[in-house]
Amino acid sequence: MNLKPQRSMKLKTRIRTGFVRDRELLLMLLPVVVYFFVFHYIPMYGASIAFRNYSPARGFAGSPWVGFVHFIRFFRSVYFERLMVNTVLLNVLALAFGFPAPIILALLLNEIKNRWFKNSIQTITYLPHFISLVVIIGLLREFTVTSGLINDIRVLMGFARRPLLQLPQYFRTLYVTSEIWQTIGWNSIIYLAALSGVDTQLYEAAKIDGANRWKQTLHVTLPGIQSTVIILLILRMGRMFTIGFEKIILMYNPSTYSVADVISTFVYRSGLLEMNFSFSTAVGLFNSVLNFAMLLLANRLSKRYSETSLW
Amino acid sequence: MSTIFVVPTRKKRNPGPTGTRPLRSKGVRESKGYRTFQVFNYLLLGALAFMTLYPMWHVLVGSLSDGRALMRHSGFLLWPLGGISIEAYHAVMRNPNILMGYQNTLFILTVGIPLQVIVTSLGAYVLSRKTFGLRNPAMFFITFTMFFQGGMIPMFLLVRDLGLMNNLLSVVLPFTVNAFNLIIMRTSFQAIPESLEESARMDGAGHFTVYARIVMPLSKAVIAVMILYYGVGLWNGWFWASVFIRNRSLFPLQLVLREILIINDLASMTQGMGGDDMVSLSESIRYATIIVSTLPILTVYPFLQKYFAGGVMIGAIKG
Repeated sequence: MNLKPQRSMKLKTRIRTGFVRDRELLLMLLPVVVYFFVFHYIPMYGASIAFRNYSPARGFAGSPWVGFVHFIRFFRSVYFERLMVNTVLLNVLALAFGFPAPIILALLLNEIKNRWFKNSIQTITYLPHFISLVVIIGLLREFTVTSGLINDIRVLMGFARRPLLQLPQYFRTLYVTSEIWQTIGWNSIIYLAALSGVDTQLYEAAKIDGANRWKQTLHVTLPGIQSTVIILLILRMGRMFTIGFEKIILMYNPSTYSVADVISTFVYRSGLLEMNFSFSTAVGLFNSVLNFAMLLLANRLSKRYSETSLW
Repeated sequence: MSTIFVVPTRKKRNPGPTGTRPLRSKGVRESKGYRTFQVFNYLLLGALAFMTLYPMWHVLVGSLSDGRALMRHSGFLLWPLGGISIEAYHAVMRNPNILMGYQNTLFILTVGIPLQVIVTSLGAYVLSRKTFGLRNPAMFFITFTMFFQGGMIPMFLLVRDLGLMNNLLSVVLPFTVNAFNLIIMRTSFQAIPESLEESARMDGAGHFTVYARIVMPLSKAVIAVMILYYGVGLWNGWFWASVFIRNRSLFPLQLVLREILIINDLASMTQGMGGDDMVSLSESIRYATIIVSTLPILTVYPFLQKYFAGGVMIGAIKG
């Protein structure tokens, strides 16, 4: 609005008139501010117990400072290497296979002319997004137990029956494939939207230049959705170290910890089950910092190479 | 232009990498290679649809099968074994845990959804006003939480200190506003013509009146999206409930399901049943449990699909 005449006023007056003018809006915003303050910023401050010895009687602010003791204990613990390897590997696999899958699905759907068929495929593939994780992992168990369908198929192919979820060598495959199964359709929506936004004149021009469908895809379609892809890749990389712990907790058991235990599941066990509050907060904070660093890195890279960035 | 994909202004006319014949400009539309691709494409997408639907079908058919026949069966299930039997559903209905889980989840939904939608929409309204002096700092205050969180343990300690342990509000209050949903709603509010608001304000209406009388009634689609997103989140959430709720009589449906499906607790599954039916029915009971707990979403889903997807688009404009 018209801010010009106010600029000459003193800062104090400007603030006061601003508050008077916006008082109704401020009142309406109050619940949101209170919510974010209480349930996001207080826990952020609470993360300072990573540098303290938390005692329930003294609370977040009163517990004594101990510096980096808990971090050092974690870096030196026997689990450190295993947790790092598992976290990175599981996420890199999920990213390498799970990230391109919905893009490919969107590109394939984009080539379907029959509207009925296209809509049906979309409706069906979105569905698993709404099924709860508990049910999804419940299904996975039903299908992978020794008497389950996947083992029936394995027998037909000449393999032996195996309790797949109990064996470390199958965990990563099951994790990644079930992830793709659940998310491929829903994640393709955003790419389909981006695809429908590509200028049709570009296709006409490419046709006149003699490009076939493949070349049109390569030189018109992909550049058209490039910025969407990059933004989503940045966001996905920023979640690199947190993703999927709820699912892992449902999927793993002590016999698969060697490949399935990641930083966040370790935080869960050591913090919420064994009550090592300060130590597990330190591990969790280390995880958050890694995440944030990944996000900054991805954003920087994309800014340099593609002029697309989050901020 | 970008360095990853370069849009060429002129194309050379050599065969494409797929091995299609050299193209003449008039024959571009339906090359033989493209037709072959189309056939493959339909088959591939059909296979994907089958792989998505089959597990649900297997569960549905299994839940309607005779329990003993199901135990002996191996391989794909295309039709209920031994005729349609609703024995498993009787067992599920008699199970007091599932009934209780349903009640607790319904309580969470009836308290949670109105709270979430009202608080989110109030915030979205304020942040969609261009005249609001603190708009940018407030947006930063909210979006920052999308990238940095305090973590699991401080959250747990906070909820415990607030005295919300073993209280169903513990799975509602900490999730009152989702920053992403707030941005979706804000983007949608921004699309409402300003002239409507201005004429109302000319007549002396305050912001709250504009919000309640103009913006909200015009935003039924985005409100539907919010109800669905928040509703699905509350319905499916289990992790924080497992942390905050230890009292079994307060377990929401997903925690009961976890005992039956994941922890495979026979006692919890067959409560309310007698005799040695338990073991022979256990598989079909698990299937029936999945159907009973997923049915509400599965039945409303096809009708609401377009709204669900619509939300993603709105969010995508300014994410």
